Formats: sequence, C-alpha cells, structure tokens
Amino acid sequence: MARSSENQLDKPSVSSQDRRSFIRKTIFSTFSAVLGAEIIHAASIPEGYIPVALAQQFDPMKGKNPEMIIRSDQPWNVEARPHHLDDAITPFENIFIRNNGLIPEDIDATSWALTIGGESVSKEKTYTLAELKTKFKPYTYQLVLECGGNGRAGFYPPTAGNQWEEGAVYCSEWTGIRLKDLLQDVGIKSDAVYIGYYGTDKHLNGDGSKPVISRGVPISKAMQDETLVAWSLNGKDIPLAHGYPLRLVCGGWPASVSGKWLNKLVVRNKEHDGAKMTGDSYRMPKNPVAPGEEGTVEDMTIIESMPVKSLITYPKTGAMFAKSKKLNVRGHAWAGEFEVSEVQVSIDFGATWKKCILKKPANRLAWQQWSTELAFPEAGYYEVWAKATDSQGISQPMVIPGWNPKGYLNNACHRIAVKVS
Amino acid sequence: MTKQNSDTKQLFKVLTAAIVGLLAIVILLVGAVLFVGFYDGSTSDNASEEAVSTTAPLGTDEVVDGKDVATGFVIDEGFEIVKATCTGCHSSAIVLQNKFTREGWKAKIVWMQETQGLWDLGDNESIILDYLAKHHAPEPPKGRRLPLKDIEWYELEN
Repeated sequence: MARSSENQLDKPSVSSQDRRSFIRKTIFSTFSAVLGAEIIHAASIPEGYIPVALAQQFDPMKGKNPEMIIRSDQPWNVEARPHHLDDAITPFENIFIRNNGLIPEDIDATSWALTIGGESVSKEKTYTLAELKTKFKPYTYQLVLECGGNGRAGFYPPTAGNQWEEGAVYCSEWTGIRLKDLLQDVGIKSDAVYIGYYGTDKHLNGDGSKPVISRGVPISKAMQDETLVAWSLNGKDIPLAHGYPLRLVCGGWPASVSGKWLNKLVVRNKEHDGAKMTGDSYRMPKNPVAPGEEGTVEDMTIIESMPVKSLITYPKTGAMFAKSKKLNVRGHAWAGEFEVSEVQVSIDFGATWKKCILKKPANRLAWQQWSTELAFPEAGYYEVWAKATDSQGISQPMVIPGWNPKGYLNNACHRIAVKVS
Repeated sequence: MTKQNSDTKQLFKVLTAAIVGLLAIVILLVGAVLFVGFYDGSTSDNASEEAVSTTAPLGTDEVVDGKDVATGFVIDEGFEIVKATCTGCHSSAIVLQNKFTREGWKAKIVWMQETQGLWDLGDNESIILDYLAKHHAPEPPKGRRLPLKDIEWYELEN
C-alpha cells in the first residue's frame, strides 16, 4: 500500500535555495573534478544551472516498487510492469512517474494558493489551499491517467521520447473539488473555450522563468463532474512526484493535461497556447501517415480522449504450470471518455477469442476489472492476448496501430507468455 | 587591486575549489559504498535492455565491456565530450533509450537549444553528432509486432 505522505515530504537538510546559491558560489573546475570531465563552454552555461551529478536530493523512488523501470532519472520518468498494476485502485508504490522538468522541492502547503485568471474570467481570483478545502464540496473519483506516449517503444521507425512499454498508466482515487464549481465561483465569460494550467516545476537547466509544461482542455472537458482540482490521492496528501499539494485531474485524456504542482489556471477565449500545447506535442496526424512520414504541424490535431486499451495484470508473463491447471487470468480495461463493453482473450494468436467477465466501472472514467479462466489443450508455449472493445464498438488492434511522428497512442493488445507442461 | 592581492585571491579560490572537490568525491564514494552494501540486486538483471541503472555515481570513470559505467555510453572518439555535454542537464538514459540518424540527432540539439536552454556547442557539435549517429542509430525494422522477448520463466504457484 501507499506509504505515509510524510515519507514523501522529507525536507532536505539544506533548503534548495541555499544549495543553489552555494553551488553558484563555487567554480566550475570543482564540477569538472567531480564529474571526471571538463565542462565544455562553461562560460555560456546559464546561471543557476546545477550539474546533474550534484542536483539530486529528493528521491522520487522512495516508497516506490523497486522493480519499476526507470526510463530516466533526469528528468524522472519511471514506469510500472503490468503485473504491478493488479489492484483495482493503484497504490502509490506502483504509479508511474512522468516529468518534463525538475520536480519542485521547496513547497509550502500552508501558504499554497491557486489563482484563476485568463481572458475569460470576469475577475482574477486567488484561493488558498485551505479555502479550496473548506469553501467547496469535495468529491472522490477513481480516474485513469495514462501517458499519451504509453507504448511508444512499439513503434518503428523509433520516435523521440521515453520508450514506454505498457506501464505508464494507473487508476487511483482522487479527492478534490469540481473544477466547474470553482469556475462558477470565479465567474467566467461566455467566450470561454479552453482552460490551461501552470505549475511550479522548473526546466532541467534550473531555469524557473518559463513554464516547463502548461497544457489544458476544452471548457466542455473542464466542466465535467469528474474533472477535479485535487489535493488527495488514495486518501492521503498527493505525493510530491505526483503533484503535491494540488493537481488538476482530467481522467481519460493524456495524463499531461492533469497539471501537477498547480498554482494557476487560466480560462482562455481561444485554444490554450502554453508550453507543449503547440507544435507537434501531444498531437496526432489528422489523416493516417506512412511510417516515418513527418508531415507538418498544420496537419496534426490535439489528442483528446485516449483509445480503448487493456492490461493483463495476472499472471505475470512467464508463468509455467501443468496442463491440468485451469489458469485464472485477469486485468483492467479502459477507454478514455467511454466505457468498455467487452473484453476477450485469445490463446491462439487471435484465431479464436473467449469473452471475459467484465465489471462496471466504479465511476465514469475509472478502469474496469475483467477476468476469466483458461484451459490449455496441449503442453507447449502459449501467448495470452487481451482485447477490449469500447461502447462505440472500437477494439484494440492486435498489431501496432498507425505510426505517428511522436509515437503516441499505441493501444495494441497486451500479450503475456506462458508455458504448459 | 595589487598583484599580490590578486594572487592571494586566486590561491584562495583554488584551495576552496580543491576542498569542495575532495568533499564531493568523499560523499560520492560513501554513496557508492552504501549502494553496494544495501543494493539487493533484485531490480533488473533481465529487465528490458533499455531500462537503465541510474545508480552508478556520475563521478566514477569505471569502464566495463567498453562502456562507461556511470552513463552507459560506449567509450569511443568523442565520448568525453558527449558525456560532459549531454549529462549536463539530463540523464544519459534519455540518450540511451533513443535511436536516430545524424539528422535526427541534429534536430534534437536544435530543439534543446530553442526550448531547453542548451548552449551553442561550437566545434563540439559535429563530434557529438558523429558519436550519436554511430552509437545510437535506428535499428533494423521490427515489423508490426516482435516476438515476446526477455521472458523470466517461473513456476506458477497455486
């Protein structure tokens, strides 16, 4: 289960501010000695920059499952293995970590405030965290957050970014207030079309002057019951790596729209144009492209609802057992804005399919549990494949879906290997 | 400022740097000893090959199988410059898990310069690009779905 939130808030003995000024006062030859290499073009390195070897103090892996896969530790990007995700409500220890920049370390929740501004608010307004918690009615939902690039490792030609396999997804329980209640209290104009978030993470080079990532959603998504401004994950303070003390949570969409370390929301009269909203970030070609064909930004469209997908979370791949055994297989299925209507499994590479037992979601945008029992006709090597179909009749592909320049939305059916003797 | 005064300041600077440097090395060594002492080896023997051990302190220059242990980079021409430049702001794992042509890597450098504060690499750029294009090039096509690989077989209990 999740560790106590105190663990995640261990303060470094020296404040990061002191640490930075200390480092700034030293000289680069020191870094060179420690790093074992000359620092090239030291004169043009930005002020406030901290060499990677000296920068780490907060350890996001503290309390995490040590078997998770670390894709990068600067910035921190870590994914679960499918069998880690067996719980209906993912505990802290198995939640993937995705960062574009540096996790902020000097957070004071007692003075934390959220400002709502932008062209389409009647008047900019600021709320303290305490006010948010007391002034509005809290709600709790289980919400699927999946990285838009989950499954990127499956694409060829390779696309840039973290080479996620299956585990950049989870469904945990968030508590907070409805964004729509908050926006109603602020008062928004009739020309509002989009919202955008800002947080306190910094660029990898230590530059805190411009946002690392500032994405958002159309006002229709912002106004859904399940879109939360949340302070609690699984009944405890949100862990630091996941957005402490406040996070925007929009289930069913790329997790990058759920802004961490939230201190500002803007209500826009046009599509939000913050960092990673523009260019080819989190966009798919409007029309299918051939593998390797880059196209232009004008031909791309922002990803909204994530596609239908499922995971086999039990057994872990590699199980060996006797032919007499009936194998219990189970997992989750989810479909962005939609509900999953059916999950099937195959043990003959998709030639035949068996329908599974499928539970209803705990609430809209939660993942659904499926299970079945399998018998194997002969000894030998098998793969178990799982395929979900959503309420629109759309299923997961068995091969890798259409290539795209940034390697998003690989929802190919999950496979595990088993041996029967 | 007199020359003597300036010399004294210079000496003071060098001494301060040396002491700080030594301290940092001691801290890294203690970290390494603790790491070896407490690491239970359970994480990733057979884990997917892109998964990177991030635990080796960057200060070491140990080489195993022709690779720099601290970064996972292959020791070859340009290695020192690649290590010093590419791990300045981000983990070497970002490089190791990506595969691009020389043009693709050039585009990544331009992107980092335009959006992430990467400085002008001067003459080092072509050395870095040569290195990356050689050691981190796209691999042959996989087709639409590879066979499952790196399976850790185990007896399923109950």
